[in-house]
Amino acid sequence: MSSYPVPQTTPIPEAREGSSGSENHTNYLSAGYTLKSWLLTVDHKRIAVLYLLGITFFFVIGGIFALLIRLELMTPKGDLVSSDTYNRLFTQHGLIMIFLFLIPAIPGVFGNFLIPLMVGARDLAFPKINLASWYMFMIGGGFMLAAIFTGGVDTGWTFYTPYSTTFANSSVILAGLGAFIVGFSSVFTGLNFAVTIHKMRCPGLTWFRLPLFVWAHYATSLIMLLGTPVVAITVLLVAIERIWGVGIFDPRIGGDPILFQHLFWFYSHPAVYIMILPAMGVMSELFSTFSRKPVFGYSFIAASSLAIAIVGFFVWGHHMLVSGQSEFAGLIFSALSFLVAIPSAVKVFNWTATLYKGSISFQAPMIYAFGFIGLFAIGGLTGLFLACLGMDYHVHDTYFVVAHFHYVMVGATIMGFLGALHYWWPKMFGKMYSEGWAQFAAVVIFLGFNFTFFPQFLLGYLGMPRHYHEYVPEFQILHILSSAGAMLLGVGYLIPGVYLTYSFFYGKKAPANPWGATGLEWQTSSPPPTHNFEKTPVVTGEPYDYSRVESVPNVAS
Amino acid sequence: MWNIPFVPPTASQEAVGISWLYWVITALSVFFGGIVLFGAIFLAVKYRAGNQNVDRSNATDSDLRLELSWTLIPLILAIAIFGWAAKLYGDIYAPREGGYYEVFVVGKQWMWKFQHPNGKREINDLHVPAGRPVKLTMGSEDVIHNVYVPAFRMKQDVVPGRWTRTWFNAVKPGVYRLFCNQYCGTNHSKMIGRVIVMEPREFQAWLGDETGATPAQSGEALFAKLACNTCHTGTSGARGPSLVGLFGKKVRLLGGKEVLADENYIRESITNPSAKIVEGYQPIMPSFQGLVTEEQLMQLTAYVKSLAQDSPQSVSPSDLSTTNAVSKEVATK
Repeated sequence: MSSYPVPQTTPIPEAREGSSGSENHTNYLSAGYTLKSWLLTVDHKRIAVLYLLGITFFFVIGGIFALLIRLELMTPKGDLVSSDTYNRLFTQHGLIMIFLFLIPAIPGVFGNFLIPLMVGARDLAFPKINLASWYMFMIGGGFMLAAIFTGGVDTGWTFYTPYSTTFANSSVILAGLGAFIVGFSSVFTGLNFAVTIHKMRCPGLTWFRLPLFVWAHYATSLIMLLGTPVVAITVLLVAIERIWGVGIFDPRIGGDPILFQHLFWFYSHPAVYIMILPAMGVMSELFSTFSRKPVFGYSFIAASSLAIAIVGFFVWGHHMLVSGQSEFAGLIFSALSFLVAIPSAVKVFNWTATLYKGSISFQAPMIYAFGFIGLFAIGGLTGLFLACLGMDYHVHDTYFVVAHFHYVMVGATIMGFLGALHYWWPKMFGKMYSEGWAQFAAVVIFLGFNFTFFPQFLLGYLGMPRHYHEYVPEFQILHILSSAGAMLLGVGYLIPGVYLTYSFFYGKKAPANPWGATGLEWQTSSPPPTHNFEKTPVVTGEPYDYSRVESVPNVAS
Repeated sequence: MWNIPFVPPTASQEAVGISWLYWVITALSVFFGGIVLFGAIFLAVKYRAGNQNVDRSNATDSDLRLELSWTLIPLILAIAIFGWAAKLYGDIYAPREGGYYEVFVVGKQWMWKFQHPNGKREINDLHVPAGRPVKLTMGSEDVIHNVYVPAFRMKQDVVPGRWTRTWFNAVKPGVYRLFCNQYCGTNHSKMIGRVIVMEPREFQAWLGDETGATPAQSGEALFAKLACNTCHTGTSGARGPSLVGLFGKKVRLLGGKEVLADENYIRESITNPSAKIVEGYQPIMPSFQGLVTEEQLMQLTAYVKSLAQDSPQSVSPSDLSTTNAVSKEVATK
């Protein structure tokens, strides 16, 4: 693959040889095969693989809960599980998917793997803290699993008080501790990213030569660092009130339940941007590579990531528009929520403009990129309905909201995650996968997703409230459509599980740069050696310079 | 079976406005979303790698005018929609000058209790007159609930420890669904009811004559039973401020701050009296937290409210700025 020049850097010997790595060099995967070599590794790439295994495990569990929820909702009566079980299902589905999949998925796997490679560094700034972050993630996940097996949690993932502190008869404290501990993994990751991006860029790699993936993760790391401590304190306060009866949130002992909501959403709204910003970073890479063009409006996309991160901290009250907070507060939060939509829209326009005069190919990662645009557009536009004061009054906490947040934070993040997984799979594991199956799965997942969640917008506008175990008969037809879509989506998720596993063991060897992409990560072998680069790269040009590259080489099997 | 419903019934004045807003935002979303999605598909097909018959020269990778226009146009539209939606919201919450029909609502796991101004009570069913603004004053005995009537596009959390309120003006007689819309535990999905909107005359017939004590009368009895009247005697020099003419007026507190004596102020003064001390009085009142139920609190408040309406010499707002203890002055008059 040496025929694809890499204009922005001085040539790196290994890339020029076109080595695919594993034959001649020890790569990070072959550096050790013992369990200890994995569990005590401080290599950011191995930690990324550990994260990949961890989040996949939790995704499967959360997915099974989702499947049970959709099965129950096929009939208006609560006939599959009891109300208490149903309440546990949606709570645990939310907790696992949010804290153990959506938040860590892209930063934990691809941020860890790629940021050092993209900035031309040997590792993240604090490799041991990075390993600690994975352990915090797994221990926190263990606490949540313990909560599930010791009676479950039924508070909703939002732990609303005073239900969670005084009334719930379930393992609230274990689950809260789980969230608290997982929070540390997020803080550690954010710290590592911020310091690495500030201090460890290779010579010549100025801020405005950074890949937009790195910009997106920089913005994400700021939210992780500034927001996570607040939710950690909040769940501790819940535990304190629950254990010792100190009046913080329960009005009967002098507390204020609305205070909880302020504290909780101060983190949990920005947390949505922890999920979506990294996916947006992936999109910038994909649109550029598969259009053979620099990303349109580089500086606007970079700046919009920061704008989202900053403004995103001031919109939390839109979760509380009907909570009883003052009408004036509602007015301000509504206005700011409209404002935060603008930088997201700017990104979408810029990605679309990147296609103009490009040379576009439709490999699986690019199908996910188009899928992202579709789901994010629908999710973003329906967000406007919810930001509207008068409108939210009707659709707040209905299935309209369920559909909206699944589109933005699940749909878009899944598209980003799977797009990234397919795009960087050859780099991570040095193997190619079946392109045909990958394209097929991408289409099935996109269709299954829409089939599942679009009917829920209609349900919400009709007035179907969230968290309902039983519902009134007029909603059934839409629920059946949604459940059928969920089955399709479930099958869609299984397909990559199969062909990627196959690829890992039997896949064709991947070259160093299968997509003919720019970016430092493609200039080292696949999989990369433990120290990433044989020689520290030096960057001499602009990012995404495809001017001398013609088309995506067809190497897929 | 394939008759898929798309819209709920539209049965209140507010619902009409919100429906319009919904359809306009939907149209705008379909239009602009369509531009982006079909634009992306069009470009992707036109500039597909296999298509060599297309001009790819002079491709740019930034354009300030484009960036500004796709920042500013959505921004202007967003401001316009925000303004419209805020207007609807303001109309819903705007204080009404009398003339409304007030129902007390208490949510508890897992039922709704309603009390009409004439004392009539209902559980899970709420009858209201058509064509007249209805005010719901709502409290919770345990966790947070939410009153949601899709046909009115109306929703408001019901929060323990304080009262929330909302208004609606049902225009179309009929029976509509009422849901609890805030997760409240095991039987959350069974905490549902009906709103029955009736023609005013029918409603009067249903309501009948007073079936018992009105909330204000119950409150008055309770006021005596709890011995509130030993301190709140309504005379000058009493240990507690007089409550005559208090409701709806501003009260000057210890430290000079002024608060409006609304429902939540009265409620807080009963459950947590030391939170706000009226200027000129000592913080000697004990808390009644846990000693009175949510409904009794509402009755006591209704009684205090009735004292304001009955009072022939209510204080005009201009008097307030010069007096220290409002109620004292009223009492001395």
